Amino acid sequence: MKKPVTQVTLKNGMKIMLKEIHTAPIISSWIWYRVGSRDEPTGKTGISHWTEHMMFKGTKKFPSKVLDKAISRDGGRWNASTSRDSTRYYETMPADKIDLALHLESDRMQNSIFDKKEVESERTVIISEREGSENEPTFRLSEAVQHAAFRVHPYHHEIIGDKADLRSITRDDLYNHYRTYYVPGNAVLSIAGDFETKSMLKRIRDLYEPIPSGPKPTRLIRPEPEQHGELRLAVEGPGETAFTQIAYRFPNATHSDYFPLQVLESLLNGASGLSYKTARLYRALVDREFAVDVSGWSEATIDPYLYRITITHRPDRKPEKAVAVLDDEIKKLQDDLVPDEEIQRAVKQARAVFAYGSENITHQAFWMGYTEMFSDYSWYTNYLKKLAKVTPKDVQRVAQIYFQPRSRVIGSYVPKGKGA
Amino acid sequence: MAKFIAKPVKSSLPSPEDVLEVQLSNGITILARSNFNSPAISFGGYLPAGAIFESDEKLGLADFVATSLMRGTQTRTFDAIYNELESVGASLGFDSGVHNTNFGGRALVEDLPLLLELLAESLQTPTFPADEVERLRTQLLTGLALREQDTSDMADLIFEQMLYDGHPYGRPGDGYIETIRSITRKDMKEFHRRHFGPRGMVLAIVGAIHPKKAVEEVERYLGSWQASGQKEAPPLPPLKPIRKTKKRHHTIKGKAQSDLIVGVIGPTRKSPDFMAASLGNSVLGQFGMMGRIGDVVRERLGLAYYAYSSLHAGTGPGSWEVIAGVNPANVGRTLALIEKELSRFVKNGVTKEELADSQANYVGRLPLSLESNNGVIGAILNIHRYDLGMDYYQRYESLVRSVTRDDVAAVARKYIDPERLVIATAGP
Repeated sequence: MKKPVTQVTLKNGMKIMLKEIHTAPIISSWIWYRVGSRDEPTGKTGISHWTEHMMFKGTKKFPSKVLDKAISRDGGRWNASTSRDSTRYYETMPADKIDLALHLESDRMQNSIFDKKEVESERTVIISEREGSENEPTFRLSEAVQHAAFRVHPYHHEIIGDKADLRSITRDDLYNHYRTYYVPGNAVLSIAGDFETKSMLKRIRDLYEPIPSGPKPTRLIRPEPEQHGELRLAVEGPGETAFTQIAYRFPNATHSDYFPLQVLESLLNGASGLSYKTARLYRALVDREFAVDVSGWSEATIDPYLYRITITHRPDRKPEKAVAVLDDEIKKLQDDLVPDEEIQRAVKQARAVFAYGSENITHQAFWMGYTEMFSDYSWYTNYLKKLAKVTPKDVQRVAQIYFQPRSRVIGSYVPKGKGA
Repeated sequence: MAKFIAKPVKSSLPSPEDVLEVQLSNGITILARSNFNSPAISFGGYLPAGAIFESDEKLGLADFVATSLMRGTQTRTFDAIYNELESVGASLGFDSGVHNTNFGGRALVEDLPLLLELLAESLQTPTFPADEVERLRTQLLTGLALREQDTSDMADLIFEQMLYDGHPYGRPGDGYIETIRSITRKDMKEFHRRHFGPRGMVLAIVGAIHPKKAVEEVERYLGSWQASGQKEAPPLPPLKPIRKTKKRHHTIKGKAQSDLIVGVIGPTRKSPDFMAASLGNSVLGQFGMMGRIGDVVRERLGLAYYAYSSLHAGTGPGSWEVIAGVNPANVGRTLALIEKELSRFVKNGVTKEELADSQANYVGRLPLSLESNNGVIGAILNIHRYDLGMDYYQRYESLVRSVTRDDVAAVARKYIDPERLVIATAGP
């Protein structure tokens, strides 16, 4: 489904991306800000995510409940999320109602109130959100692995933030964060759906171009130094099931090794969004009864991040044995060239996943802005082509470079039983 | 709002004109609709082989059988089945509920024949290989060990036990550790032989294919399936009335958050009360930021990240629940707030404005909920299952708009008695 995308930069530096899709009377609009948990210094962890929550608390023109009701009454869907690299807000609406979303986002880019009382009630909501995650053994493990993997780089902390900071961040901290990063030159608006580009662009100019550009915010840059030697850690907690998480360092999304690593990831753990029962690690660990499950994932990020494999252990097998089997599988990829068919298989899987995604307009608007946060839209449109160009030699080479024990972190969740 | 991009609204809603309904001679009903917007195809459906047929000693049998169907057939091993599927980026899966075993799959349209072949094979000739069954058993037991540590799962489990005391709806579909241990391959084969067959099976298919062609394809793979002696499900027993508020806590040590559920029995999906209850529920705990419940528990007092209500209506008596996750120290306070909101809801019903808001939301959100192939499949399966009529979405707006404040007040009073609630909590 090739449709041209219109890309325009407004006078104040805000980038606009528009894609007409006339399959259903729906429009999805996303606004992206280049700020995420990676921009938070110690003492302010979690502030990007908290700011995102405060953006739903209203402006003078759209007080919180008015805003919420207006979108819902029109049958729209809206939400927001914060990642390591960006913060994004979306509204997907019946096509004839999208003006509300455009208006609302232009208003709350400048006029969110950050009322002190609202800040206090949201503080406990976010602590509660964190406590819900803390109930999960894999969250506790994953957080510890991330802490160990990044001593210097702000990818160190979880997006939700540390409780100490969630207790101490003030209203003014939040407001300053908002004023610093929520400026047009730091924003991208990506819209897909049932509209006509010319009139849409005119409306966007009317609403957004008068917003003063403001100083361009600087981003926090603290590169992680090289790791010299495997790190191991253990987290104890309630339960009867042991987990191991192994984290390897992956390059940023625009690195030339990114695509060979996507193929490699697909061979080890299957394609994202599909079952993975014939992926190499599942066959080696689950079929051969060393583990109950094994899954893995990486993220497309601005700076080098992690590829993490999580093993759910069987109660009757030692976790170390499962890790040894995983090491054997990785060694195979380093020693032997993978058959070309395996690469073709990964390409076909990705092609299917792309087709499923094109059923959904929200999804299509998402990808335009998302890729802009770490690369540009051609990253998405060239994805299948780049995947198809990967050779068995590329896969072997990246397996040798990125899968070394000396640069990995291995975390164990040690279950202490029901009484813990 | 400005009308600068307003256009005539396209009809994306399923209707009798674009959904082809065919019954095969062996009893399978097929519902087919085209969507050429993406080169993909999806199907979903069910057959009447659910947990209702299980004994108390073998709880989890239907689920175990459903998850075993793709673990090996007369022609393919587990690995071969998944290799075929995953190699083309397709997916296929089974699970079970009280009444049915459900299935769903999707693929690029060029791979539909493969997907249907695997569906047909898994349904008709599973072999339940011993080694695969044991491997799966270990996975299911690990799942149950994790369930015991999950505050949300355990609150739900004890809530249903109390609400549906002595009724099939009160039993967990994934069973208990003892029952999963006791299930044998023989039990599984026997369950399959008795309950799997074309009679009562429904399959909805939506994607880049003409409806007629879709029906032909399905018929090619499933048209010759015959199974003698498929058993009728026993009727649902009557429910024991809740005479006074029941409350139970399940302790899970070492947790940072507790989950709680407060609820009552709700209407069935076919009940004339359904639409009024659904709109009432929207006001109570869905609309905007989780309705009135979200407003009181989250927005005003900051007690929870999630606090909402939910109406589950199906074949038999449904449930109407308020759910929240809170710090263990705030459980008592949150329960008191929820009980107060329920009393207010029963006493005063909803305002004119609240009802109008939810009605507008129900009508406005239709194109969004029916955007993807899977969205349409869910919708037309519901239409079929609950006899709503294929013109349901043409009548939908008037069904929604005809609900009055009095209708909502009446269903609130009929189903919710603040003196007879079921309250489940799980946490430290």
